[in-house]
Order: sequence, then C-alpha cells, then structure tokens
Amino acid sequence: MENYLDQKGRVFNVQKFSIHDGPGIRTIIFLKGCFLRCKWCCNPESQSHEIQQMTVGGVTKTVGEDVTVREMIEKILKDRIYYRRSGGGVTLSGGEMLYQPEFSSALLRACKENGISTAVESTACASFDKIEKCLPYIDYYLMDIKHFNSDKHKQFTGQPNELILENARKIAKSDVELIIRVPVIPTFNDTVEEITDIAKFAKTLDGVKELHLLPYHAFGSDKYKGLGRKYLMEDIVAPASEKMEQLKSAVENCGLKCQIGG
Amino acid sequence: MSNGIYTEMIEKSPRIDKLYDALFQAKPEVVADRAVLLTESYKQTEDLPMITRRALAFAHILENIPITIRDNELVVGSTCLKSRSCQLFPEFSFQWILDELDTMGTRSADPFYVSEETKEKIREVCKYWKGKTTSEFATSLMGKETLLAIEHNIFTTGNYFYNGVGHVTVAYGKVLEVGFEGIAKEAAEELVKCKVSDADYVTKSAFLKAVIICCDAACKYAERYSALATEMAQNCNDPIRKQELLTIAQNCKRVPRKGATSFYEACQSFWFVQMLIQTESNGHSVSPGRFDQYMNPYFKADLDKGAITREFGQELVDCLWIKLNDMNKIRDAASAEGFAGYSLFQNLIAGGQDSQGLDATNDMSYMCINATMHVLLPQPSFSVRVWNKSPHEFLIRAAELTRTGVGLPAYYNDEVIIPALVNRGLTLEDARDYNIIGCVEPQKAGKTDGWHDAAFFNMCRPLELVFSNGVDKGVQISKKTGDVAEMSTFEQFYDAYKTQTSYMIELMVNADNAIDVAHAQRCPLPFLSGMIDNCIEKGKSAQEGGAVYNFTGPQGFGVANMADSLYAVKQLVFDQKKITMAELKEALDNNYGYGMDDDKAQQLTVGIMAGLKERGIEITEKLIAEVYNNIKGQNTGKYQHILDLINQVPKFGNDNDDVDSFARDVAYTYTRPLETYKNPRGGVYQAGLYPVSANVPLGKQTGATPDGRLAYTPVADGVSPSAGKDINGPTASANSVSKLDHYIASNGTLFNMKFHPSALKGRAGLESFVSLIRGYFDQKGSHVQFNVVSKETLKDAQANPDKYRGLVVRVAGYSALFTTLSKSLQDDIINRTEQGGF
Repeated sequence: MENYLDQKGRVFNVQKFSIHDGPGIRTIIFLKGCFLRCKWCCNPESQSHEIQQMTVGGVTKTVGEDVTVREMIEKILKDRIYYRRSGGGVTLSGGEMLYQPEFSSALLRACKENGISTAVESTACASFDKIEKCLPYIDYYLMDIKHFNSDKHKQFTGQPNELILENARKIAKSDVELIIRVPVIPTFNDTVEEITDIAKFAKTLDGVKELHLLPYHAFGSDKYKGLGRKYLMEDIVAPASEKMEQLKSAVENCGLKCQIGG
Repeated sequence: MSNGIYTEMIEKSPRIDKLYDALFQAKPEVVADRAVLLTESYKQTEDLPMITRRALAFAHILENIPITIRDNELVVGSTCLKSRSCQLFPEFSFQWILDELDTMGTRSADPFYVSEETKEKIREVCKYWKGKTTSEFATSLMGKETLLAIEHNIFTTGNYFYNGVGHVTVAYGKVLEVGFEGIAKEAAEELVKCKVSDADYVTKSAFLKAVIICCDAACKYAERYSALATEMAQNCNDPIRKQELLTIAQNCKRVPRKGATSFYEACQSFWFVQMLIQTESNGHSVSPGRFDQYMNPYFKADLDKGAITREFGQELVDCLWIKLNDMNKIRDAASAEGFAGYSLFQNLIAGGQDSQGLDATNDMSYMCINATMHVLLPQPSFSVRVWNKSPHEFLIRAAELTRTGVGLPAYYNDEVIIPALVNRGLTLEDARDYNIIGCVEPQKAGKTDGWHDAAFFNMCRPLELVFSNGVDKGVQISKKTGDVAEMSTFEQFYDAYKTQTSYMIELMVNADNAIDVAHAQRCPLPFLSGMIDNCIEKGKSAQEGGAVYNFTGPQGFGVANMADSLYAVKQLVFDQKKITMAELKEALDNNYGYGMDDDKAQQLTVGIMAGLKERGIEITEKLIAEVYNNIKGQNTGKYQHILDLINQVPKFGNDNDDVDSFARDVAYTYTRPLETYKNPRGGVYQAGLYPVSANVPLGKQTGATPDGRLAYTPVADGVSPSAGKDINGPTASANSVSKLDHYIASNGTLFNMKFHPSALKGRAGLESFVSLIRGYFDQKGSHVQFNVVSKETLKDAQANPDKYRGLVVRVAGYSALFTTLSKSLQDDIINRTEQGGF
C-alpha cells in the first residue's frame, strides 16, 4: 500500500457522541467480521465479514460498507473539538478490529497522527503479529476475557481461550493501558468462582488495575430475527443488581478496581 | 470549596415548600385596581406634560393600590392581593381586553379568571381610553403597505404594539447602594444645574421632577408595607412570626429609600425595584441580570461579620425566586400562544467575567443554582455565562440542574457575545459586563434600552411571496419579483428571495419605529428611566432616547427551513434538473397533495386565481372549483415523488459543510439588511434569530415550503435544525449550528437540544455534557439550552420517530439515538424511566 490513508476496510456503523465506551466523548467505529461466535452477542450483524441485509422494524438495511481510512478520518475529525474538551477520542469496536488488522492499524495510526486518543474493544483472539501492528497506536486496550476454562469458552464462543490469555500477557507487557472486561452471562460465567478465576488471572497481568463487569442484556435479540437467525439466549434474564454487586466484591477481593458497566 | 468559593448545595428551608404550595392555591386572575387608579389620575392631569402625568399616575397607584403580606413571606411586595394574578395596563391597548373579557377564563393558552365585578370596572374604565393608547397612535403612524404586511402575517410587531416594552435590566446595584433617595438626589442636583432659559429646560425639568415624584412614591409604597407589617405583628400570636414581621417592618422602612446595610435589606430592596418596574409598565422580560454580582458583596459582608448563616442567605434567595413566580401578565389570546406558559422571562444570570475580564463566579452564583433546584419553577429564567476560564465545578453544578429536566439554565458564551456587543458599539468594559434579557438577548445593564423583542419575522413568508410573485391571498402585498417558472438560474431565484425579504424588513422597520414613537410620546416611563444611565443627565426618558445604548432587535426565525428549502431548490431544480420550478410550485400550492381544511383551501384558491388573472388567464367557475378541489383533496400521492426527492437532499444540522455554509448565507439575508436601519431613539437595528414559542402559531400561517415541510406545521425553532432533520447526533447538530454567524445576530440566537436524563447519568455523564457545551462554544456558538426529556416525550418519539431523530438516550453501556433502537428496546427505556431516577 503506497499510502496508508488509502487502506480499505469494512465497517457497519459509526456512532458519534458515545460517552460510555472509554473516557470522554468518543466516536465508535464498528468493524465487520469477528473470530468468535458468542451466543449472547448483541451485535450479530458484526460477526460475518460479508455485507448482509438485515430487517429490523420492517426496514431492511445493508449492513457493511467499504471505506478508506481517509474517509473515516474525515468523519472522525469533525468531532475533534469534543474529544479535546472531554479527553475522549476514537474507539474501534466490532466485530473485531483484528479481523481487519491492516485497516485497523492504518486507521489507528491516522488518529494518532491527528493527535486523537484511541481505544479498542477487542477479544485479542488473533495471532500476535496482527496485534503488534496496532499496538503502537493504541492508548486504551479494552480486552474481553469471557471465561478462564477453555472448554467452556469454546462451547459458548466457538474458540478456545489459550491464545487469548497468551496475548493478554503480551499486551500487558506493552505500553498500552490494558483494562479487562467481562460480559456477565447467566448460565455461562455468572458465579463468584468463575468471575474470581478471571479476576485472579487479570491480577497477574502487568499494569492491569481495573476490571469491568458488563451485565448481560438482550438488546440484540431483534437483530437475530432480522438476519434470519435464531436467538439462542431467549430464556436468559439479565443478572440482578445484587448479583452484580456480589461479583464486583469478588473482583475487588482479588485486588482490582471494579466497575459495573463500560 | 474551590478557590475559596463555596460551591456546595445548601439545604432547602421548609418555608420554601409552604410558599411554593401557596403560589398555586389560586387560579390566575385579572384585577382592575391599577387600571381604575391610573384612569382616575389621568382624568385629573390632562393639561400636564405626559411625563408628569405618568409620574403622578404612578404615585397615585402606589398610594392606593391594595397591598398584602402573604403567610410565611420574608420578602414582601405584591402587585396583586392573590398570587399569580395580574393588573391591567389600558394605556397601551384595551380593545382586545374588551373583546376577550368573556373568553379569558376559558381560552387554551394561559387562561385568567375575571370576576363579573371586575369586568364591570374594566368596561367602565376602557371608555376613557378610546383614542388615547400607544397602540392606536402607533397604527396611525404606520404606512399602509406596512399595515397590509402585518395583516398578511409576514411579520408581527404585536408584542410592543399591545404592551409596554420591558426588556430591560436597570441599575439594581445602584438602588441597593444609594436607595431611591440617592437617585432622587441625583435628579435634584441635575435640576439645579438647569437654567430656565435652556432650550431643553421645559422637557428636562419636567422629566427630572417626574423622576423625583416616582422615587418618592416608591419609598412611600414600601412604608405602607412597613406599617402593615407592624400592624400584623401586633395581632400575631406566634412569637416567631411576630419577630419576622417586625424585621420586615424595619426593612421596608429603610429600603428602598436608603442604601441597604445588610443582605436581607438588599433582597427586599431588589424586590421592590423588580415589582415596581412591572407596576409602572407591563412590558415583560424585566430581567434581574447579574444578580450574583450585585448581591454577593452584601452577602459576603454579612457572612464575614457573622451576621448571617449560609442557610438563611439561601432561604432569602429562595424566597425571591418564589416572588419572581408570584407576578403575572395577561396577553391577548394570539400573543399568549407565542409566549405560552404565563412566562415573564425575568432572566437572571450567574457566572462569567467582570468588566476587567476576570472570572466573576462567586458564592452567590452557586446559590442561584441552589435556589433554582429548590423551587424548580420557570422564573427566574435562569442562565449561566460560560467562558474559557469558567470554573469547571460551576458548569458541573449547572449541568446537574439541567439534569433535573427543568429546562434551566440556558448557557451563554462570553467568547462570542462580548465581541458581538463591541461590534455594536459597546465599550469593552460594558460588553464584558453583559447580561441576558428575556430569552437570549445580550445587553449592558443600567445603560441600555434594547427593544429586544421588537418583532417576529417569519423568514419563510418572503419565499412564499417569491412563488406567488408578491401576492398573498389574492392581494399584491409585496414587490413583483417575476414568475418563478421563468427563472433560469438559481441566482435569479435567490435574488428574488432577497428582494422580498429586504422589502418586508423595510416595512417591519417602519412598524417598529412607529410603535417606538408612540411609546415615547404616550408612555414614557420616569420611574424606570431614573435607573438607566444617562437619562437623568440627558433629561429625557429611556423611551425618548435617554439611555446610553439604544437598539431595536426584531428576531427572524425559520433559518433552517429556508436553508433546507433554498438548498433543495438549487439542487433539484437548477443543478440536477430533477423537477421543474412549475412542478415544485404546483406541489407547494397543493401542500404536496396532503390536503387542507376548507378555510385554508379557500384562501389559497383566491390567491391562485389572482395569480392566474394577472397572467391573463380567464377565471371560470369551473376553474375555481377544479383548483379548490385539487387543493382541498386528500393525499393523492400525486406529489409524493417530489417529496421523496426533497427528503433525499442533505439537510442543515448534520455537519454537512455544503448545506451548513448555505444556511450561514441564508441567515445573512435577514441579519445584514436589518443592521443598516436606525431607530427613533438614535440607535441601530440588530437581528436576533430565535422565535420564543412563536414558531408554532406562526407556522400555522405558513404554507408548504420547499424543504418538504407541510403547510401550517411548525417552523424550525431558533437556529436549531428542523425537528427530526438532524439525524447524526448532538455533536453534528451543534457543529452545524455553530457554522452560522452568531456574531452578527447580536440580539441573540437560540439553539435547543434534546437529551434523555440517562445521557447525563453520573459524574461521567455530567462531564461529557459539559464538554459538549464547551465544544459547541469553542466553535463560536452563542447560546444553547437543553430539554432533558421525560417518558411522555419518549412515547411520543416512539409514535412519531421522524420528529425526534436527534434524541439521545443512554441504553446499556452506551448511548444511542432513541429512534434508531428497536421497539422492544425503546419500551425498555421508557419503562426504565417510569421507575424513575437516572
């Protein structure tokens, strides 16, 4: 690629004025394609890299669009004044930004060259060379660790967790600020023991001080129907707030700061 | 604490809840006391100069009007015996009062009860006023083209035509310092300097004597309260209340005659000034201005002496906030819709910089926020000034107030307003010391007669005149700019719009100047003028040009509709040639096929027939019937393709540079020509871009527009994007609005944003919110206010998503545009709100 600004990628949404995904006012870029197939995923349209049609509320729309880094950075820069005022910036979400490492790396680089703070929401479930490409341009790495038991991890997400845990150790050694996030999914990982296992592991990672617990919600369920898929978590109810508080204490007992919600 | 300033919430006294409850025990009522006393006085003074008559009438009213001290009050002085009732001011206009006397109690907007006895008195009094009012005189001074334009609703000057002007902030601090005795002394000293042989002796001496009469009347009025409080104390069995009444008696004896010696006296003195201005004239938007600046020194002095607690100081401020809601004003039925909500627009502002350019936020600034949180009432219209050095904590506290959903405060940007005022001729020191009048209008207190709300100019109407070649409802009311169908370039079309606008501005100026002269000659205000520089020195009232700064500020609205309309015409008709002008005109005439009621259809038919006749087409019964049925008809879908095309054209409010720079230019079609005119007080015109609530009723008088807006629906409010057209969230919307030239619209711009309380949740929510305001202001926006919406609104948003496409809500771990969410999720959020809390 002659100019990294011409690098193409596939995104399916740009959410401006996002105030709960990383510090300050942020623009979130949702990238298409993911390595995992989490049963509770609230963005099922993000999973396949293919451009799809989705029908929600009687309206069919195309999910996914090919764009250049140049086009994206123009959109991003429109809100730079708000990033500066709030200490915010850009967050790459998905899907999984490592599914399109060339594009993600180029887009993050463009942000940094324009003085914009960056965050990624990633599972880190990819070979480390892909992560390495992006690391120099990332300020906050919000990394999902969903379960410490690899078999159960595979059963609910389609992938084992060894690579994820190994990458977590490597990322922790880099300069980025690593924050561990755990989606709390009833029937999967919502016991004190399971959360404690993850927290204990997180505590061993260099520089990790914080763990966020994200309570399960069913807000994506309409979209499964819209994609002609079956929603497998229909019977699951969101965890009660007492439950979340209990899990939060468990995390704090491991010596980490913990917050509920992103 | 921050920098020695006390920033915390102070607890609310139980007294405030009692006063609050009492406020709403009676229905608003019209009473005739003032009108009767005024008329009595006028009948006895017919051979005297008008300024003298006004002063004597003021004195006669204050000497005889019934007074009361309400239960639990610490600060006293009421314009009526009952809360939220109002007096009448027949010297400005009375015909509408007579006409509407029997419907005032039942009308939809702001009803007022009138007793049969009062009706009788009013009918009697009004007999005297025939031919003597400012409104009748103003009408006689207007040109016939002007009257025609008003009749056809191109603009309305109803506000000052029917009422006093108000829209002023006097030198409150001066009264607190020297009392009315001090002001009278100043007038007396000026009088001594006058020689009987001076050219202006007759008028100047009459004015100065009038000021002295008014000052004296105000002092005596306060003493009536002192006597009443003493009497009530004697009959009071509750020892605590007895002591309170004795203190009130003491206060009212001293102030406002003399300078205040304590914070409590300062509060009482402030209140007499505020209520008496609104007894002399019924102009609204009498704005307390920089209350935190002129009150804080008295509070701090008492605090330092140990003479007051923070709690009692707060209680007094809260009492004033209740009093500001105790006053009321009745307007004619049509105006009541434009200023809906019994509002008096008493704008009170906190924070900002002082005249030296240093941050002036103080303890009282935070106490103003506390008071507004304690009472959660619409008065005062509470505002905050923001600049680059505003304390962060101050904005966070203000954001907390916003989060309550009370719609306050409004935020103003020093960084734009100060240079904008300097550009209008204010000194830098005066500009830095600005406050806001009414809705959004900046000025320097105690030196300005700003005429800030001088007219509503509907920017959509000149475009209708372009399409009709100057004809409205069959009458040629404006210039002929040519047949639109014949226009071959966009520039030609745009020029026609500019021509129609400029012509109507000319007529509006004529109307305002006529009303201006009428006020100067028939209703000069000597009491008010004594508190505005340099009236005493010049020896004339503010109404006659006595103020240091004189402006007239009529406001335009519909910028977004016109930007979108002109942009759509440019794109679809001229650039892409997807539709012809004739097709567009037909679609507009037929309200895009959406039909309309009989009256409107009839009016439009008449208009179209006149146009056809003009072009030499023979008018037959058959043709009339055809056109009428076509217009009236239900949605045939005949013009849907045109509407679809229009909807695809980019709209203002989405951070699209092409449309936004277009909007900037469209705003100039109103703001630039206007600033070339002068008013009779020796000042200039300056534009505002805001509609109060008139965008709804005046939208009802506006046909379909080329932005796809259907006939008789509301026009866009202020400089905000058209409802539901800004679909890229709050930052994009703010970015678009900031691209307008807020400096030139120096009479104020108004930007409304809607948020769900959840978007302001927690400290992080407040921080982001403050950053959004800062970001908008960094880009030189002038004003912003927020509707933090309720679940009712959310339900409405669910039913009518097109109206709410910019609404932000917090979902789970993220915020999103409400209408983009699925039905089930929307329900969830609505239910969550129902459970209350943030």
